[in-house]
Amino acid sequence: MAAYEAQFDATIAADQRIEPRDWMPEAYRATLIRQIAQHAHSEIIGMQPEGNWILRAPSLRRKAILLAKVQDEAGHGMYLYAAAETLGVDREELTEKLIASKQKYSSIFNYPALSYADIGVIGWLVDGAAICNQVPLCRCSYGPYARAMIRICKEESFHQRQGYELLMRMMRGTDAQREMVQESTDRFWWPSLMMFGPPDGDSPNSQQSMAWGIKRHTNDELRQRFVDMTVPQAAALGITLPDPGLAWNAERGAHDYTPPDWAEFEAVIAGSGPCNAQRIAHRRRAHEDGAWVREAATAYAEKRAAPSGGGAPISGSRPGAAP
Amino acid sequence: MSELAGDPVAVSEPAGEPSAQRRRWALYEVFVRGKRGLNHVHVGSLHAADAEMALHNARDLYTRRNEGVSIWVVRADDITASSPAEKDPFFAPAGDKVYRHPTFYAIPEDVPYL
Repeated sequence: MAAYEAQFDATIAADQRIEPRDWMPEAYRATLIRQIAQHAHSEIIGMQPEGNWILRAPSLRRKAILLAKVQDEAGHGMYLYAAAETLGVDREELTEKLIASKQKYSSIFNYPALSYADIGVIGWLVDGAAICNQVPLCRCSYGPYARAMIRICKEESFHQRQGYELLMRMMRGTDAQREMVQESTDRFWWPSLMMFGPPDGDSPNSQQSMAWGIKRHTNDELRQRFVDMTVPQAAALGITLPDPGLAWNAERGAHDYTPPDWAEFEAVIAGSGPCNAQRIAHRRRAHEDGAWVREAATAYAEKRAAPSGGGAPISGSRPGAAP
Repeated sequence: MSELAGDPVAVSEPAGEPSAQRRRWALYEVFVRGKRGLNHVHVGSLHAADAEMALHNARDLYTRRNEGVSIWVVRADDITASSPAEKDPFFAPAGDKVYRHPTFYAIPEDVPYL
């Protein structure tokens, strides 16, 4: 055991990747399972606020974009469940924990999307914050998670840009449209800041995660980076961020800003956000409504696998020669 | 488990729960050829009722942006992998054969094309 542990420590110290079949401390495995599952659940639950607007998209172009984006969120959830499974959990088990509220997802998705401007602001601020969080995870010490994040980050860039473009278009529209964008920004600014998690002093797991190379930056470092990146983007849009305390601090070379209401954050995490119950109920219903499809697919596969089952051969050809 | 996983990590499946009665779908590992001339590369895994469904799901999941021209799906159970525990002895035979590399051989600088 000591030899295994020494090898694990040496791999981490050399900034190399831990791979699924390597020995790892149980706490490392448990931390990763919790984090990756929570991340996967966030992608899956994150389809809901936006999916709600697909049928009400203002044009075919916007509808196609929103569909592709929501489909990506599903894909990201699947990449992450696949990564979690390399740690010895089953994705169905994870889904069951989600709908039993035994595992969490990002607090941001407990806020509703109330107007089409929200679709733009979610892309700009929420996906922007997610990118800030996720880019360093591409160098996470656990190989499968890092590889999933590389794939996700490539796709996430489209999410943010389509949101920003949507907002630019609305800002060139009518006064009413500009007001919608401002109102939406006012609602999403604070929850977006909360996406980085509690302040460093209140984030007990951060230090160990950083020692293990799972996290590369603290919550407050990433939050600061997000604020600094967002300020010029807001200016280019002609939007006012709803923080009177926001100001450039030349001494620090960064913006000072007002922290979000951490009591609200705690309450939303604890289940009292505007949409917590609705999100879980919807996910549970989707899972249960899909049960007959899964059963039918299993029965069909078994029938075709049976010796006299007949049925068409699979459409893909076998690889044949060895790679 | 996926990623050619082999550790016999127990997957808990509480007996008697409704979902336990449903036979779980097999885990498939997915390999994609990015374009002609390249090898298939492992990209991830998914669950499916059979190979055809695995292929269709792999297309939807891993090639939404033209990332591939060919996909292989392989049941994870059918993959035999070297064990990490025997890593060092297993690969040791190659360790002391430096003469298999071109840099082992000293050739004068002025000899061309070598």
